[in-house]
Amino acid sequence: MQVSVYRYNPDSDNAPYMQDLEVDIPAGRDLMVLDVMHLLKEQDETLVFRRSCREGVCGSDGVNMNGKNGLACVTPVSEVATSGKLVIRPLPGLPVIRDLVVDMSMFYAQYERIQPYLMNDEPTTGIERLQSPEEREKLDGLYECILCACCSTSCPSFWWNPDRFVGPAGLLQAYRFLADSRDRATEERLSSLQDPFSVFRCRGIMNCVNVCPKGLNPTRAIGHIRSMLLRRAS
Amino acid sequence: MGRNGVADWLVQRLTAVVLGVYTLWFVGVLLCTPDMDYAAWRGLFAPLWVKGFSLLALLSVVAHAWVGLWTVSTDYFRPTWLRLVFQLTCALVLGYYLLWGIQILRSA
Repeated sequence: MQVSVYRYNPDSDNAPYMQDLEVDIPAGRDLMVLDVMHLLKEQDETLVFRRSCREGVCGSDGVNMNGKNGLACVTPVSEVATSGKLVIRPLPGLPVIRDLVVDMSMFYAQYERIQPYLMNDEPTTGIERLQSPEEREKLDGLYECILCACCSTSCPSFWWNPDRFVGPAGLLQAYRFLADSRDRATEERLSSLQDPFSVFRCRGIMNCVNVCPKGLNPTRAIGHIRSMLLRRAS
Repeated sequence: MGRNGVADWLVQRLTAVVLGVYTLWFVGVLLCTPDMDYAAWRGLFAPLWVKGFSLLALLSVVAHAWVGLWTVSTDYFRPTWLRLVFQLTCALVLGYYLLWGIQILRSA
C-alpha cells in the first residue's frame, strides 16, 4: 500500500514535505493506521509520532488521516484509505514540533482556563458529596472525553482564534462542570464565558461531532452553555 | 458592541427577524402593486408607521452587518492594522448608509 506521511524536522528541514513510502500489508488483513505508522517507522526510524495505549483510551495518537482527524490506533486503514492511498498528517491548526507531533500548549491552556475541577466551598460532611442517579446521568456524554484534541483541531473557529475561543473539547468539559450538581461556581464559570469569543465563536458546523473518536457531541454541550448564558442574561 | 457575546448573539437574531418580516412585507407590497410609479412609491412611504418600520429595518441592517463583519474580521484578518482598517471602513460605510437613509425617510 502507498502511504504518504508528513515530515518536518525543524533542525534539518527548511520546510515540511510529504514522504511517500510503500508498506506491505498482509493479504486479507485490515490494519489500524497506528500499525501502518509502526511499519513506516521500521523503514525509516527517524519518523516521529506519539502513541501509548494503542486502544483508544489515552488519546495521544490523534492525527489527520486522509483529511479527517482521528485516533490512529482505532481507525482501520480500510475506513480512511478508500482510494487505496493512505495520507497521514499531524493534527491541523497547532504548531508542528516534529513530523506528526504537534505542540498542544494552546489546547491545554484552553482546558486549564475553564477550571476543569469541582468548585464547592461549602463545608465537607466527612463523606462524599452525593448525587442522585438523575443528577449523575447528566454527566454522561461529557466526562468520557480523553482530550485527544481531534475535535478542537478540526474546528475552523479554533484555528483562527486558538487563544480566545475555548474550542469544542474545552467547552465540553466546561459544560461537564456546569452540569454537575455538586459544583457551586456556575456564576463564575458563566461570567468567564460570556465574551464574544470563548463560546459564541462556535458556528455549529459540527466538525467536532464528526471526528470525535468517543462519539461525543461537543456542539450539543455548547448549545447548553449558550442557553445558560441567555437565561442568565434575561 | 463586540465585548459581550450574549448581546451580539441576541442582536444578530433579533435584527434577522426584523429584516425577515420587513422583506416579506416589502415583497408583498411590490407584488400587490403592479403599477408602481413615483407617486405610488412616495405614497407607500408616507404613513408614519412605514417610516418607523423602515427606520427599524435600516437600524437592523446596520447592527446585523456590524456584528457579522466584526466577527468575520476577527476570524480572517490577522494583521491588526488590516483588521482595524476593515472595521473602520465598515463603520464609516454603515454610518453613512444610516444617515443617508434617515435623510431619505425624513424627506419622504
